[in-house]
Amino acid sequence: MNENVVLEMKNISKSFPGVRALQNVDFRLCEGEIHALMGENGAGKSTLIKVLTGVYGKDEGEIFLKGESGAVSIRSPQDAQNLGISTVYQEITLCPNLTVAENMYIGREKGWRQNWKKINADTNKILESLGIPAKATQQLSSCSIAIQQMVAIARAVDMECKVLILDEPTSSLDEQEVEKLFGLMRDLKAKGVGIIFVTHFLDQVYEVCDKITVLRDGKLVGEYVIEDLPRVQLVSKMLGKDLDDMAEIKGEGQEYTGEGAGTKFYEAEGLQSTAGISPFDFYIKKGEVNGFTGLLGSGRSECVRAIFGADHVTSGKVKINGKGVKITNPLEAMKNGIAYLPEDRKGDGIIGDLSVRENLILAAQVLKGFCHPFSKAEAEKAADEYIQMLEIKTASKETPIKSLSGGNQQKVIVARWLFAHPEYLILDEPTRGIDIGTKTEIQKLVLKLASEGMSVTFISSETDEMLRTCSRLVVMRDRKMVGELSGDDLNQNKIMSTIAGGEA
Amino acid sequence: MEKTAAKKQNPLSGLLHSQMMIPLVALLLLLGFNLLMDPTFFRITLGTNSDGNPVLSGNLISALNNGSELAILAIGMTLVTAATGGQDISVGATIAISGSAMLRVLCGTESSPSSLAAPIILGFLIAVLAGMLCGAFNGVLVAAFRIQPMIATLILYTAGRSIAAWINNNQLPIVPGKTFTYFGGFIPGIPMPAPFLIAVLCFIIIGLVLKFTNLGLYTQAVGINENAAKLNGLKPAFIKILSFVILGVCVAVAALIKCSRTSTINYSVVAQNIEMDAILAVALGGNSLGGGKFNIWASIVAAYVIQLLTTTLYKFKVSSDALPAYKAVVVILLIVFSAPVVKEKLSELTKKIRKPAKEVG
Amino acid sequence: MSENKKKRTLSDANLLLLITIVVFFVMYIGAVVLLGGGFRKAQMFFNILDANAGLVITSCGMSLVMITQGIDISIGGVVRLICMSCAVNLELQNGNPFTAFLIAMGIGLAFGLVQGFLVAYLEIQPFIVSLAGMYFAKGLTTIIHTNPISVTNEAFKALRKIEFILPGLGYYNKKGTYINTTIELGSVIALIVVILMFLMLRYTKFGRNFYAVGGNKQSALMLGINVKRTKFMAHVICSLLAGFGGFIYFMHIGSAATSNANGMEMNAIASSIIGGTLLTGGVGNVIGTLFGVLSLNTIQNIVSSIGLDDAWWTGITIAAMLCLFLIIQSVVMSRTRKK
Repeated sequence: MNENVVLEMKNISKSFPGVRALQNVDFRLCEGEIHALMGENGAGKSTLIKVLTGVYGKDEGEIFLKGESGAVSIRSPQDAQNLGISTVYQEITLCPNLTVAENMYIGREKGWRQNWKKINADTNKILESLGIPAKATQQLSSCSIAIQQMVAIARAVDMECKVLILDEPTSSLDEQEVEKLFGLMRDLKAKGVGIIFVTHFLDQVYEVCDKITVLRDGKLVGEYVIEDLPRVQLVSKMLGKDLDDMAEIKGEGQEYTGEGAGTKFYEAEGLQSTAGISPFDFYIKKGEVNGFTGLLGSGRSECVRAIFGADHVTSGKVKINGKGVKITNPLEAMKNGIAYLPEDRKGDGIIGDLSVRENLILAAQVLKGFCHPFSKAEAEKAADEYIQMLEIKTASKETPIKSLSGGNQQKVIVARWLFAHPEYLILDEPTRGIDIGTKTEIQKLVLKLASEGMSVTFISSETDEMLRTCSRLVVMRDRKMVGELSGDDLNQNKIMSTIAGGEA
Repeated sequence: MEKTAAKKQNPLSGLLHSQMMIPLVALLLLLGFNLLMDPTFFRITLGTNSDGNPVLSGNLISALNNGSELAILAIGMTLVTAATGGQDISVGATIAISGSAMLRVLCGTESSPSSLAAPIILGFLIAVLAGMLCGAFNGVLVAAFRIQPMIATLILYTAGRSIAAWINNNQLPIVPGKTFTYFGGFIPGIPMPAPFLIAVLCFIIIGLVLKFTNLGLYTQAVGINENAAKLNGLKPAFIKILSFVILGVCVAVAALIKCSRTSTINYSVVAQNIEMDAILAVALGGNSLGGGKFNIWASIVAAYVIQLLTTTLYKFKVSSDALPAYKAVVVILLIVFSAPVVKEKLSELTKKIRKPAKEVG
Repeated sequence: MSENKKKRTLSDANLLLLITIVVFFVMYIGAVVLLGGGFRKAQMFFNILDANAGLVITSCGMSLVMITQGIDISIGGVVRLICMSCAVNLELQNGNPFTAFLIAMGIGLAFGLVQGFLVAYLEIQPFIVSLAGMYFAKGLTTIIHTNPISVTNEAFKALRKIEFILPGLGYYNKKGTYINTTIELGSVIALIVVILMFLMLRYTKFGRNFYAVGGNKQSALMLGINVKRTKFMAHVICSLLAGFGGFIYFMHIGSAATSNANGMEMNAIASSIIGGTLLTGGVGNVIGTLFGVLSLNTIQNIVSSIGLDDAWWTGITIAAMLCLFLIIQSVVMSRTRKK
């Protein structure tokens, strides 16, 4: 092991039922280095970090730490803490009902009694030195989210760690706070701490990091020194497309030319929801496929959720077929012919314990009404039809949906919405975490539906999918709509440069 | 595992994998135990009661008779459990309220009137209304104020019997006439106990409701994944309140039977501890107390199993006061063996035992 | 943003505690001013305390379990079992107060260990576990003995008679003799328990772990706390306090019957809720619980002294108060969520 290397992970593999989250990933962290871990959603960043912090056990591979002979075994967050690995998660993992000082020190020291005066004094000293505007005795829940995040960082920093993991810590911080955090990171770096920094803000990576490791689809893409990897290169590595290798893939579907072609089916003006996106205007034509693109957390999902009424809509005008309507909850959206396949398949999509058949008819059933259930024969016919049409692989239509593979679950949810016969279908990351075959099938389906006159919004983290299917792309950055691309502008270069913020 | 289940699609293996398995096995165990100990347990005789009507009697008949209220409550409790992932502990107290309201209507303000002050059907409708109101109250606390079901229903659990006493000014009115006693006794000419017939009627009604509406689908969807249900246009709050209101109707029917059995009501003891048995019926029926998928028929069978257990314990001279201790032991054993942690450990253990055997083979 | 932060210096926990204390004092002072009579005498207050010393102790245990997001409804049954066991020991087995006390604590410990294990390590819902515990305890009571027992053991009677005179709080009756205001041993012990529990929960690491686990189980785990052991300890301590409180309760009533402590678990839950303990865990304070018990019983006294002495009013007022405080909690918490 190199003298300078503080952490080395070798050949790490980890599978979850149906998904290979990590495949033989290597990772190396040196002393006094800030190392960015990059990758789109599902690339395996979080899994890698959770393996390192003992939240998940690994299937294969070894972890070496400086100062420990041989491979170390990390079975719980406590183990990681004791080995000098501290972590700050994106989700704040502190207890809001305790004071700031208690959150800094609880779970760290042995013994029955504690000298609270000393702890409070120590805490105040640390808070002051880090410039965090909070008091030791203040209850954590009375601090803003940003300060809570800073407290979590302070706790991690105070634990004399060798390795500090920052898992998207900046998503709740404002610019000044981010600067403060960067100052802190540079100080620690000078002291020789190795820092793993996970973020989806490219600016931040280039401001503070020394090295970048990119993961994609659970595999290691490579480790790069920051100077060798310009922004656009980084984006293309994350998305899995080389700049030179960008053959235009034109849509193979036919354009819809039937009745009402070219008219706007849905139109929104100044739409805003409680999910924290800037007000936006949006329209979609009949038979059109459009897309929302942007990195994770850029506000793609929040936009479509607002369209569907899934979040609390606070303002904005909506027209369907030119007529003003009010859409404040999903049922109203459904009645207006809108369907929404959510991003989080497990949390928002499937009803796990129910059968494929029940999951499939749910949306249409709700539209049909409480007192008019589909007869068993109708439901079975629909189930058989869609299972065949979408080639859903399931033991039977009565199998609980949770025992299907991810891709087949997704097909059932797609079938659910198709069976409800919408005029406007919103697909939020329908292809995430599913196999390539299914991905292409879903893309073909989208084009087929559009050629039959359905409007489709298609969101994907994979740009080539969007290029293949969409005729118009809305680009999002930092929860704002920053551009719209269509026609000749629809190419990888242009998209990446728009996402990355102009400088190509 | 899926494949093997798909291959053996014969009725027997279907039953083996179904939720019905647990209560049915419990039922068979109990019956077998009684058969071994004392075959006369199964004797059913046809006699006549004091009015000269033919009536059936025997241990099994009395289990069917006395288990009726519990079985009816199990219907509503199963729905509440499925939709909210919690249980209603106020059913005993709301039976008191509902029964008291009925008696208030039937007897007026007199404590022992010579004739009915209102038709029985009106009294019953008022009881249903009272039950539904109590259910709606619980439902709103759970769905709108997001209070855990057991705690929300603690309010009526505490106040219910007092409210019941207050409705009748703390008197115990006695309902005049024979007709009212039919519901808790025997309808002239029919030898089966009337409570059982009422219960069967309730089963048929809920069966029809489940067949001709989406109650089952919606309730399960809300109970399993509230977010997904919401994104499919369902209103989880409404479904939750609805389940409590349905339980309220069940409570009213149970109250009718309870009051009819004695022609009066004793606020402090009527249907005491029935909530425990109703929750137990849901659990014994293999339904997860955390909500989600349910099987009402399994709960109903389980309710009768519990009653049969009670009858059996009585037969063995266990006093009614000591009964809860034995039931508690059964409950603990049941929940321990159905706990996910224990199941996991057990399956690991069986794997370990099987593995070496396989290697040898 | 920081403006907003400074305004809310009063945390939710303190707000709930404050509401409880204010409600209690408003109620009590209102009763003194408007109703007079017994309420003017300090003895009335101490009578309330004496009668509920056992409940205060068991409620402290309940609050502790509720802070860790659990619940224990077995304590009423456990207290009943303890009363009967102690009475049988004292009357039929020639026991003495010390052996009776050991029996009480032993029963509490046994229930705590079993229930704690089932809840913490087998991850079974605490409500179901303690429901079974309640029925087991109640059933076992009648198996031990069915008839009421009045305790005649001399040593125990002497113990029951211990009371302390509170100087300066007495009054002169109509004949002009000075009547001392007294407080029973049980009440003194109860107050000591409240103070010890308060100090433990407030100032020891052991105590703060309960709050951490109740506040956010996942976070507590990430912070390096043994969540399972903490939950287990909460149930053990709760049942031990039920044992201790049961003995104090037994000392106050001096007899045992199969109807003892009926509904005590619900009173304890109600007291904890009124005292500002959140059902969702992580927030609570035994001082609040003490005031919860006092409020609950003061309002019962008020209700009966204004002529509504029919038994049903008690249940209705308790439930109404419970309902009110539950809704206050719900509103306070949803306000926090929105923020």
